[in-house]
Amino acid sequence: MSMFQALLRRDLLLVYRRRADAITVLVFFSIVVSLFPLGVGADPTLLRPIGAGVVWVAALLSSLLSLQRLFAADHADGTLEQILLSPQPLPLAVLAKVLAHWIATGIPLALVAPLLGMQFGLTGDALLVLTGGVLLGTPILSLVGAVGAALTLGLRGGNLLVALLILPLNIPVLILGAGAVDATQSGLGAEAHLSLLAALLIATLLGTPFAVAAALRISLD
Amino acid sequence: MSQQHVTTTADTTLELRGLACVRGERRLFAGLQATVVGGELMRVRGDNGAGKTSLLRLIAGLAEPALGQVLWAGEDSRRVREPFQRALVYLGHASGIKDELDPVENLLAASALADEGLSREAACDALRAMGLGERLALECKVLSAGQRRRVALARLLLTRRRLWLLDEPFNALDPQAVQHLAGAIGRHLAAGGICLYTTHQAVDIPADKARDLFLGGRA
Repeated sequence: MSMFQALLRRDLLLVYRRRADAITVLVFFSIVVSLFPLGVGADPTLLRPIGAGVVWVAALLSSLLSLQRLFAADHADGTLEQILLSPQPLPLAVLAKVLAHWIATGIPLALVAPLLGMQFGLTGDALLVLTGGVLLGTPILSLVGAVGAALTLGLRGGNLLVALLILPLNIPVLILGAGAVDATQSGLGAEAHLSLLAALLIATLLGTPFAVAAALRISLD
Repeated sequence: MSQQHVTTTADTTLELRGLACVRGERRLFAGLQATVVGGELMRVRGDNGAGKTSLLRLIAGLAEPALGQVLWAGEDSRRVREPFQRALVYLGHASGIKDELDPVENLLAASALADEGLSREAACDALRAMGLGERLALECKVLSAGQRRRVALARLLLTRRRLWLLDEPFNALDPQAVQHLAGAIGRHLAAGGICLYTTHQAVDIPADKARDLFLGGRA
């Protein structure tokens, strides 16, 4: 079994054994989104235009919740040293860990997003585009977030620092993801937005594993 | 000065050449020279904070030396990173044991990370040899510190790697496990391996060639 598969399997097993962590993120996401209809009022003409934006902002915030744990546990128990000493390429190990993180946090968000979208009066195509956008966008959040998590590893107050570092970088994802739903609702079609989101995913997929690997080596030196 | 520039033919040779380590503002050691060949045991000694752990991390490649080189089989270990890492086992203070996994899962994951193939049966056998036969299906969070340490050390019974870097391997172990580990190190040395370790305990390891390396100014 290759190192990539082994690491992915191990991380997914850990997620399963610590499933309370993943559920917390999902509940946080649902609560934040549900607060808006309660606070703003149930007027559909008010809710429909802000629905996608609210879901996306909540997705951004919930992805932050779990980021700090991405490397911190491995750092504390010494596993990270063993990962660095593996003869296999470090960026590959990073990809395995980020993929496990996305499966544990990104996919559940995408599955719940259409249900939450209904609270805002989104229907049909708009819900489909919202789900597709979250599926394409959350891996970007995990990848970019991994850079922040690696850079702030072992720092005091690292959690807050990650938020400050990462949130501005995720603005394009927010604009494209929410914009895709708006474009569908106004009849323009979401293709352009989703294509750009996919392009962004490919770019981060190619670049960030190397940045994370470098940041991890610096953090452990 | 490095006078030993003759490349050794034996491929199991670790050479430290003019190593210096700086932590923060403090210089822990400088100009460290040593050559360790196959079958040799080297105990790194020094007071707390003398840089024993830093030295082992530096040799393993987890930290960069301020000056100097680590040579493996006559070549700079930073340049031949992959073959060097395939020859190396490093066990640090934190032993890389996950609380949520059972000993077998932990051992299999550690071996896979190191890119060493390991069957479930072999893993169970090694854990039984470490005296964990009745704990194989328990999550590691219910194990004692010494038992967790044994899970990590079980990897040493399975690996064929030639260079062992062990940071305080005897910590938290009971006398029986200490003896067992000392025996494993002895067999490793007899097979032509190298072992560098740190300890504050007096442990008798069966070795033909054993040396001490002092850090922190003492001769």
